[in-house]
Amino acid sequence: MPIIRKIMMCIAFSLILAVTSMINFAMAVVEIDITKGNIEPLPIAIADFLGSGKQRGIADDIGRVISSNLKNSGIFKPIDKDAFIQKIKDSNIVPRFEDWRVINAQALVTGRIVRENDGRLKVEYRLWDVFGADEMASQQFFTTPRNWRRIAHIISDAIYKRLTGEKGYFDSRIVYVDETGPKNKRVKRLAIMDQDGANRKILTRGSDLVLTPRFSPSRQEITYMSFEGGQPRVYLLQIETGQREIVGNFPGMTFSPRFSPDGQKVIMSLQIDGNANIYTMDLRSRKTTRLTNTAAIDTGPSYSPDGNRIVFESDRGGRQQLYVMSANGTNTQRISFGNGRYSTPVWSPRGDLVAFTKQSGGKFLIGVMRPDGSKERILTEGFHNEGPTWAPNGRVLMFFRETRGEDGGPRLFSIDLTGYHERLVPTESYASDPAWSPLLD
Amino acid sequence: MISSVELCAEPVTDATKARFVLVLFGALLLAGCATKKLPGNANDLGLNNATPGSQQDFTINVGDRVFFETDSTSLTASSRTTLDKQAQWLLRYPNNPVTIEGHADERGTREYNLALGARRAAATRDYLAVRGVGRERIRTISFGKERPVAVCNDISCWSQNRRAVTLLASPSG
Repeated sequence: MPIIRKIMMCIAFSLILAVTSMINFAMAVVEIDITKGNIEPLPIAIADFLGSGKQRGIADDIGRVISSNLKNSGIFKPIDKDAFIQKIKDSNIVPRFEDWRVINAQALVTGRIVRENDGRLKVEYRLWDVFGADEMASQQFFTTPRNWRRIAHIISDAIYKRLTGEKGYFDSRIVYVDETGPKNKRVKRLAIMDQDGANRKILTRGSDLVLTPRFSPSRQEITYMSFEGGQPRVYLLQIETGQREIVGNFPGMTFSPRFSPDGQKVIMSLQIDGNANIYTMDLRSRKTTRLTNTAAIDTGPSYSPDGNRIVFESDRGGRQQLYVMSANGTNTQRISFGNGRYSTPVWSPRGDLVAFTKQSGGKFLIGVMRPDGSKERILTEGFHNEGPTWAPNGRVLMFFRETRGEDGGPRLFSIDLTGYHERLVPTESYASDPAWSPLLD
Repeated sequence: MISSVELCAEPVTDATKARFVLVLFGALLLAGCATKKLPGNANDLGLNNATPGSQQDFTINVGDRVFFETDSTSLTASSRTTLDKQAQWLLRYPNNPVTIEGHADERGTREYNLALGARRAAATRDYLAVRGVGRERIRTISFGKERPVAVCNDISCWSQNRRAVTLLASPSG
């Protein structure tokens, strides 16, 4: 059984959506170019996954999660099941493509779940090109029943990748700050959840103020800031064990931490008197290195994915602007020149863009620009939007949006790089400071 | 001493912004403010029975906080007056360790506001040090925009949150 067939990128990038019926051509006939902005979402049919007995419920759940992921991406439009003509009874038999063409399904997903003798589940799916009348991908997974949700995310990613040519982002998690209580007595706790809001888990008790959690690119580990013991400092937290440690032994407040792309360093700001400068600490050798040395507020450092450069914000020129420097602290260049203040820069995992918060005209905006400062684009604006984070494929951003006044508070939102498909990410209470994990292994 | 006359006559002073202090004085003073018929100060009202040398004494009779303009760490004339009184008081009671908390309003980004609060605390400490309060006695901590005292949605609230607060204790964490 073929795993995912090699993606053929030879056509279609000048077309928003290329659909042909070249049955005998060994090339993808249904493809989406997601670089174009407000594309028409691709109609896709997700047939009920087959499964009997206890597997029936899980089969339904998997289908539902795949459908929800694809819909939430804004790139796909799952077709209402009531419209289906063929009822799939055997996922190994080629479907009647004409039945799916009639309802304009461009792609069809079928699948089934079988319980193995050892208690594990075998989950299979197939992705069909309806108008090309061909199988585009198929895969099977073995897993414990408890793990069904991850399988649904992995299948969603495979479908997304096969149809867009880009990696997916569904099998990933979000770490964020859960906020409860009145505005002047907020309780903040670290929390973690799947990217779709499921499997929420609280990681800290709420007795200490915690801020700005960020994922390790390589381990189940978070770096964040905590006011524990009245000493605001950067910490590491092992997600699985709950083990914590202070990062470095600095003579002042450390804040605004992030990992280096190899996961071996934490980069952060150290506050001494009125000035904040940027430091790294190597997590193996514990060696600290100072990267900036100004009488200014230098903060928000974020590495380029190759680890060679760092984008950060500084008010050295009078007010917050974005700067890029080499990873050793040399060759610093200002990159933001628009009207307003720029802050919280974060380098895209693809390397092509920097996302930021911008304050202008009394509003807080989320935007992106190239690392040389060109091609600035604002994706969303309003009373208060802050702190973007990139999905692992660099196509979607999450940020928090705060509402006004006494009862106001922050919520998480995601938005396409193109500025479309803005949507609320459901959380039980107010939520801020989201950080997206890499794709899980 | 903060007199209620000042509170009414100069609506933009630090003392006015410290509205929460009024809670300590009770509604009577607020009513007095509205009608401009005022007793002289808290002592005259019989409300100030703070133990000399206590945080309450410091808060009521000296003023525990100063306020800042948007994105500024400069001490205003009014702030310097308050800090002069703070310094005198702290020199009179030299055994209290001092913590200065720096704060920012909500109209900034989180990381920058942490640094801005630290700058405000440092500016306040430096002024007190110049007025003779030993630097080694003073700790500073920034809470950025995380600990607002006023939660409404307008400039009057935001301006109350841009503050440096002098405490005679360890920081609240």
